[in-house]
Parts: sequence; C-alpha cells; structure tokens
Amino acid sequence: MSAISVNKNNFDQIKASENRVLLDFYADWCGPCRMVLPLVEQIADEYPQYTVAKVNVDAEPELAQAFGVSSIPTLIVMEKGNVIKRSMGAIPKQRILQLLED
Amino acid sequence: MEAIYDVLIIGGGPAGYTAALYAARAGLKTLLLEKLSAGGQMALTDIIDNYPGFDEGIEGFALGMKMQSGAQRFGAQTEYDEVISVDFGGEIKKVNAAFGNYLAKTVIISTGASPKELGLPKEQEFLGRGVHYCAHCDGNFYKDKTVILVGGGNSAAADALHLSRLAKKVYLVHRRDNLRATKIYHEPLQKAENIEFLWNSRLQDLCGDIKLTSAKVQNLITNQTQEINCDGVFISIGRKPATEFLQGVLALDDKGYIIADETTKTNIEGVYAVGDVRTKALRQVVTAVADGAVAAHYAESYINGSY
Repeated sequence: MSAISVNKNNFDQIKASENRVLLDFYADWCGPCRMVLPLVEQIADEYPQYTVAKVNVDAEPELAQAFGVSSIPTLIVMEKGNVIKRSMGAIPKQRILQLLED
Repeated sequence: MEAIYDVLIIGGGPAGYTAALYAARAGLKTLLLEKLSAGGQMALTDIIDNYPGFDEGIEGFALGMKMQSGAQRFGAQTEYDEVISVDFGGEIKKVNAAFGNYLAKTVIISTGASPKELGLPKEQEFLGRGVHYCAHCDGNFYKDKTVILVGGGNSAAADALHLSRLAKKVYLVHRRDNLRATKIYHEPLQKAENIEFLWNSRLQDLCGDIKLTSAKVQNLITNQTQEINCDGVFISIGRKPATEFLQGVLALDDKGYIIADETTKTNIEGVYAVGDVRTKALRQVVTAVADGAVAAHYAESYINGSY
C-alpha cells in the first residue's frame, strides 16, 4: 500500500485509525522532502501495522497550520488522535521506524 | 557467509555515485550505502548552473537521480542504510550499519557535509519553530514576515535573495564588514530594498517562549546589543563534514575533514575519501565527481596488487 494523501475530507478518518499514524508534511519543490517521501512510501508498503499518510502543505495549508508545521519535511506520529512524536528535517528510514516504535 | 565487495562506497552524492560508476564499469563488485536518497547536498540545491553539459541548468535532485541510475546501469548496487561504525584494521574492511554489516576489499568515503550550527542555547529548542537551515525549504512559511539570515558566503547570499522575495524584511547578520560571497551576488543584494545589512555582528541569543519572537544581535566593534523582533532565523554559516563515525579511525584535520590529497588516498591503504568530506580547496559538484573517478582508479589498482 502506498501512503494516503491527506486532505480536509479524509483527515478525521485517518486520525481515528486504530494504528499508529505517521504523517509526512511535505512539498513537491522541497529537496529534503523528496528525499524522505520514498522512505515514507516504503514504510507504508512494508509495515501494514502503521497508517502512513502524507500532507502536501501547499494543497493543505490549514492542516499544516493546525499542526504548527513551519519547517518541512516534518514527520508526526499520532496515536489515538494525539501527537506523540515530531521530527523535523530529512532522517533515515530506521530513525523514522524508531519514531513509530518507541 | 557475507558477500565481500570489491568496492564499498559510503554516501550517494555526486562523488559517491561517480566512484560507483567507474568501479562498476571496471567490472568491480560495487555496493553504495546511502542513508536517505541519491544526490546528497546536491539534491537540496534547486538548480545547478555550474555543472557542465546542462546549458539550461538542472535540478540538483534530478541530477542525483541521473547519477544513481547511471551507476546502476553498470551493475552498481545501492542499499539504503546508515553507517554507524567501521573497522579498517584488517585486509578486509568491515562496515557496520543500522540494517546490516558489510565487508569489502576497499572503501570509498563520500559522506559529504551538513549545515553547521551556531551553537546558541535555544537553537535546538526552536528548530523548525523559528530556527531553520534551509531557506529554500522553509522560506515560504515566512511570507510577509521578518527574518534574520546569518552568514556571508555564497549560500548565505543566495538564501538572503530567496528570502527577500518572500519575507517583508530580511536582516543579514555577518561577522565581517563585507560578504565573502562572489561578486555575482553583491549587486542584487544591494538592490533588494527589504534587506538590511548588520555588519560586524553576531547573533547572540534567541528569544521567545514556545516560538521564536526576537533575537539579540551584538555589534562586535561597539559591543552593543540590540534586540530585533523577528519570526524566523535562517542559519547559513557553512558546513561540517559527516565524519563522526571516523573519529580515531582515519586521520582528520582540525575541522573534521578527512586528510587526503588529489589521489584521494587516506592514511589507511585501500580507503579513499572523495568529495566534500576530503580536505580540498574547492567543494563543487565537478570537483566531487573528479574525486570519485580518481578513487575508483586507485581502488582498482589496490585490488590488483599495486598501490
């Protein structure tokens, strides 16, 4: 499965997921975002126990603002609707997995 | 039994993938370890105008992908893994990474560099909440706002221009009384009406509760400090080499760069340093790719028994 593209309409459903949720806030023109997105997609594919989603900050500025995102890429881990982890900048795959696992 | 590679390359920027291309084309069993994605620092550069052959310029990210696929066309493999430690003590070199361990006859280090931090007390705390290292990435969040840019080199000049097109006001804080950046930047910077230069100055402190709201700037001549209200601080004061995992293993200079001359040979036989991570005069994509070719050449000679 690939990462779900988040918009205002499907966000509540993603937030309500039983699984831990990984949100990747990105933009198409941002180099580090383009480095991280393939890793996020791999995690979406390889780890069905997580709900993996991506937020295009240009298309969804309100969501970015609601999460206080002012630096991209920002990775956010949510559990039961709450933000439990946040990481800014491009990080390797195993560090993303660590964010999800801890 | 783990595979023994002829050439193991650490880092997938232009130097690394050029070494991979040359090694693979020479018929050597070649593996490249990359922690994120191809291109390294180059992939973070919007448009590269000074890599010959692309008369209209090329996106750094796209060039990284091209370099990777060029090397892979000749059989070079890529693993996405982050190196934690190395053991270059034996004839077969060992590289330990997050997802596995790798063995090789020769190792080419092309780990590059990353942005240097100022080292201010609240710098980490405000990371992504007012403190930024990538104007290109995060400048858009400061439309019509006030930002401070710290630095005076080429990257800082390019960042200041980029920010001046977005922000209401850009303060450029530099510790000297003129820019180190090449002449091409001087005129557009002077012409940008919303850039104010704070010469002979340094950023002394970052202020704010949850978010950055102001910064203290000290004039190094008068010693006077002023507090400037701002929404963001962009730091562009140069780079530091990614050599932490090589401390005590390879000879490094006082800034952490791997000591190697144009042959790319380090103080350990069969280990080479290429690109920005090596001591060199000019750190550019073209000089990085040249290093990659040279290192692959010497690695091949070493494997064939002539160092």
